[in-house]
Amino acid sequence: MSENVLKIENATMQFGGVVAVDNLNLEINRGEIVALIGPNGAGKTTAFNVVTGVYQPTNGAVWFQGEKIIENHPQGKMKKLYKGQHDGEYTHVLAPTPDKVTKLGMARTFQNIRLWKSQTVFDNVLIAKHCRSTSNVFSATFRLNRKEEAAQREHVAELLNTVGLYDVKDELATSLPYGKQRRLEIARALAAEPKLLLLDEPAAGMNPQETDELTAFIGEIRDKFDLTVFLIEHHMNLVMGISDRIYVLDFGKLIAEGTPAEIQNNQRVIDAYLGVADDA
Amino acid sequence: MTSSKKKTIFTAAVLAVLLAVCVVVDMTLPSYHIVVVVIKKATVYSLVAVSMNLLNGFTGLFSLGQAGFMLLGAYAYGVLTIPVDKRASVYQYFDGGAIQFSLPEIFSGALGDTVGTVVGMLAALLVGGILAALLAYLIGLPVLRLKSDYLAIATLGFAEILRAFFQWNTLGPITNGSNLLKSYPAFSHATPYVILAGLMIAVIVLLINSTYGRAFKAIRDDEVAAEAMGINLAHHKRLAFIISSFFAGIGGGMMAMYMGTIAAAPFKSTLTYEILLIVVIGGIGSITGSILASFLYIFSSEWLLRGLDAGKFLGISAPSVFKNGFRMVVLSVIIMIIVLFFRRGLMGDKELPDLLDRRPKKREKEAAGK
Amino acid sequence: MQAILPYVINGISVGGQYALIAIGYTLVYGILRLINFAHGDVFMVAGLVMVYATTALPMYVALPLVLIVTVILGFTIERVAYKPLRTAPRMSVMISAIGVSYLIQNLAFYITGGVPQPVTNPIPWISENVTIFGESTKRVTLVTPVLTIVLVFALVYLINHTKIGMAMRAAAKDFETAQLMGIKINAVISMTFVIGSFLAAVGAMLYFTNYPSVAITSGGMPGLKAFVAAVFGGIGSIPGAVVGAFIIGLCEEIIKGLGYTTFSDAFTFALLIVVLCVKPTGLFGEKVTDKV
Repeated sequence: MSENVLKIENATMQFGGVVAVDNLNLEINRGEIVALIGPNGAGKTTAFNVVTGVYQPTNGAVWFQGEKIIENHPQGKMKKLYKGQHDGEYTHVLAPTPDKVTKLGMARTFQNIRLWKSQTVFDNVLIAKHCRSTSNVFSATFRLNRKEEAAQREHVAELLNTVGLYDVKDELATSLPYGKQRRLEIARALAAEPKLLLLDEPAAGMNPQETDELTAFIGEIRDKFDLTVFLIEHHMNLVMGISDRIYVLDFGKLIAEGTPAEIQNNQRVIDAYLGVADDA
Repeated sequence: MTSSKKKTIFTAAVLAVLLAVCVVVDMTLPSYHIVVVVIKKATVYSLVAVSMNLLNGFTGLFSLGQAGFMLLGAYAYGVLTIPVDKRASVYQYFDGGAIQFSLPEIFSGALGDTVGTVVGMLAALLVGGILAALLAYLIGLPVLRLKSDYLAIATLGFAEILRAFFQWNTLGPITNGSNLLKSYPAFSHATPYVILAGLMIAVIVLLINSTYGRAFKAIRDDEVAAEAMGINLAHHKRLAFIISSFFAGIGGGMMAMYMGTIAAAPFKSTLTYEILLIVVIGGIGSITGSILASFLYIFSSEWLLRGLDAGKFLGISAPSVFKNGFRMVVLSVIIMIIVLFFRRGLMGDKELPDLLDRRPKKREKEAAGK
Repeated sequence: MQAILPYVINGISVGGQYALIAIGYTLVYGILRLINFAHGDVFMVAGLVMVYATTALPMYVALPLVLIVTVILGFTIERVAYKPLRTAPRMSVMISAIGVSYLIQNLAFYITGGVPQPVTNPIPWISENVTIFGESTKRVTLVTPVLTIVLVFALVYLINHTKIGMAMRAAAKDFETAQLMGIKINAVISMTFVIGSFLAAVGAMLYFTNYPSVAITSGGMPGLKAFVAAVFGGIGSIPGAVVGAFIIGLCEEIIKGLGYTTFSDAFTFALLIVVLCVKPTGLFGEKVTDKV
C-alpha cells in the first residue's frame, strides 16, 4: 500500500443555501498526479479552497501526510442536510489559515493568475521562500542572515532555470506573456518547497501547443521534486495525458473516480458533461 | 564595475555631499537661521513620512494613526528629559508633577555632562519609540483585522482618543494636562537631526529590502496570494504596524525637540493628513520620494512661499490677497493637482539609485529601434 | 430622572444633527465605496456661510443662500476631485478626499483669518427658549429631531419611489452593471453629493445656532462622529445612519451629564472600534465577501 498524502473525508462546504461541495471523499497517494474535473460550477475550486484553508468546511476533515490538519463538525446549520450521519465523527474544530497549510507542505496556483504585480519575476519566486526562512525581523533587517539569503537566491535561480524563466528574471512579472505567467506561478509554488502541489486550471487560456508543453512540464517537475500533484483542469488532453487517477464532481457531488480510461467510458460522466436529454 | 556597485557608490556619494552641506550650514549659520530651521523640521517630517510610507506604501495598510504615535513619542521625550529643578515651574498646576527624575541628568552623573545629556536624550527618544510600538501592538490586535477604509477610520479614531487622554486633568501630574511641557533639552544644530533621522531611515530601508520587506510588498500587491504562499498575514501586518509606529514615536520625540514646547493640539488628524500628502507627493512606495517631498514641502511652506502670507511675493505687492493663510491655500492647491494629475508623485516607486538606470535603458531602446 | 432629562433632550437634538450629516457619508459610501473625508468640512463651510450671510442679508434670503452655496460646493468637489479618479484605486480617491479636506480648511483659514466667526443669533425663532417637561431649552432642540425625521422620510420616499432614486439604488447595488444598463452614473453620483450637502447644510444651520462660533476645525469632530454613526448603523443604509446618529448623540450627552466631558469624544471612537471588531457590517449593513 502506498503512502497517503492527502485525504479528504466527508467534506461539505455550504454557503447559505448553496452546497458547493457535498460530502466529498478523496485520497491521493504519494507521487500520484490526480485530477479533479467537472463542469463549471461543480465545486472544484471550492474543494481546493477547503483543502488549503481558505474556507473552513461546514463539515468533514482533511488529512495531510497522515495528520489531521482541518476538521469541523456539523453544528446547527448542517443538521438538516446530514441529520445524524456524521454525529460524533468530528468533535474538534481545526481551522488553520492558508499560510499554515502552506508551511505544512502544500502550495497552490490560482485559476485567475495572482502574481505580485509590482515585483520582478525573480522576487515573485524569492518571496515564496519567505515562509521557509528562519530569520526574524531583526536578523533579517541587519543582514545577520546573509548565508540563508544567499542560499535562497541560489535556489530561486535554479528554479527559474528549471522552468525556463531565468533569462527574464528581472522583468516585471506582469509583463510576461500569459503562458509564462502560469509557469511563473508554478515556480513560485515550488519555491515554498511543497510535498503536494495544487494546480487550479494551469492550462486555462493556453493554446494546444502550450498545453502539450505544460503536460510534459508537470510530469517533469513531479519527478524532479518528488511531488504529488492535485490539479483542476478543463483541457481533457492534459487531464487524460498525465493523470494517474481522476475524480469527477458534479453539483458538488462526487460522481465518478478511476483511471483516465475508466472515466472516459463512464456514462454518468458523459451525461454530466453533455447533459441528459429530457425525453431519454 | 557592476551596476549594483555603481549604484551603491552613487548613493553613498549623494548622501555624503548632503551631510557635508548640512555640517557647513551648521558651522556658518546661527541655529535660529531659517535654513537651519527648515533642515530640522524637514528631517523630522522625512522620518515620519518614511515610517508612514512603510505602512501605507509598502505594506498597503491605509492607517491614519501617525499623529497619535507621534504624540506619544513627543510626550515621552518631554516628560523624561525636563530637568528636575525646572519641573516645579513647568508642572505648576500639578505640584511639580509625579515624575522627579530626568534621563539626561541621570546619565550625566555617570558619563559626564555632554555625553550624558546626549545619551539621556537619545534614551528618551527610544523610550518614546518603544511606548508607541507597544501601543501599536495593543491597538493592532483588534484594528488590523479591518479592511482598507475601516482601518483608516479606526486608526484615526485611536489617535483622537489618545489626544483626549493626554489632555485629561487626572493624568496631569505626568502629562501636565492641557498645559505646555517645556524647558527640556534639545539639539540646536541641524546635523544631529540629520544623522539621527538618517540612521533611522537607513534601518527602514534595510528592512524594506530584507525578506520581511519583500513579504510586506507581497501583502500589498495581493493579500490572498501572499497568504497562500505561506506569509502569515496577521503577524506581518502587525510587524509593519509596530515598526512604523516605533519610528513615528521617535519622529514625534524629535518633533518635540524641534518645537521647543509640547502640547496635544498640534498632533491632530491634520498632521497625519499633512504627512500622508507628503508621502503622496513623493510617490507612494518610494523612500527617496518621501524625503524629497518632505524637504520640498517644508521648504515651500516655511520659506519659499512665506511672501504669500506677508503681502509681497516675487516682487508683487498685494497685501489684500497675500495675507495670512494664502501660502497654505496655494500649497494645498498644488497638492490637489499632484493628487489628481500626477498620481505617481515625484518618484513613483523609484529610489535614488534607480536614477542611474534611466539613461542606459533609453539607449537600449534606441538601439532596438535602429 | 429629572437630572438626566435635559441631557436626553439635548442628546436627541444632537443626534438629529449628526443624522443629517451621517446620511451624506452613507449615501456616498453606498455608491462610491468612498469615505468622503471632506464632508465634515462642507458642513463647516455651511456654518461659515450662514454666519456671513445672516449678518449681511435678511433671513429669508440668507438661509436659502446657505443651502445653495453648500450644494454647489458638494457638487463641485465631486466633479473636480473624485470624478477624474473613477477608475483609480480606492486609496487614491481616499487620498484625494483628504486633500480636499485639507484645501477647504486652509481656504477657510485664509478667508476667516483663522479667527473663529461668532454666531450671533442667526435664526431668532429657533433660538427662543421654550419649556418642555418643566425644562427650559432652546426651540432648536425640539425642531431638530422633527425636521430630521421629516427630511429622512422625504429622502426615503425619493429613493424608493422616484426614477433617480431607483437609479441610486441600482448604482449602490452594482456600480458597473448599473452603468451597462444605461444609468447615467455621473448624474446619479452628483445627485448623491447634492442631497448629502443639502442635508449637511440643514444640519449645520441647526448645529451652529447652539454654538458661540464657527472655527475652521468645527467640522472635523461632528464630521467624524457622523461617520461613526453611519458605520455603527451599517454604512450604506439610511435608516442605519439615522438610528446610529441618535444613539451616539444620546450616549454622548449622557456621558457629559455624568461628568466625563473629556471622554465624550473618545467614547464615540471606542464605540466605532468595538462595532468594527464585533460586527463590521453595523446594525443594518449587508455583508460583502471576497472571492478567491
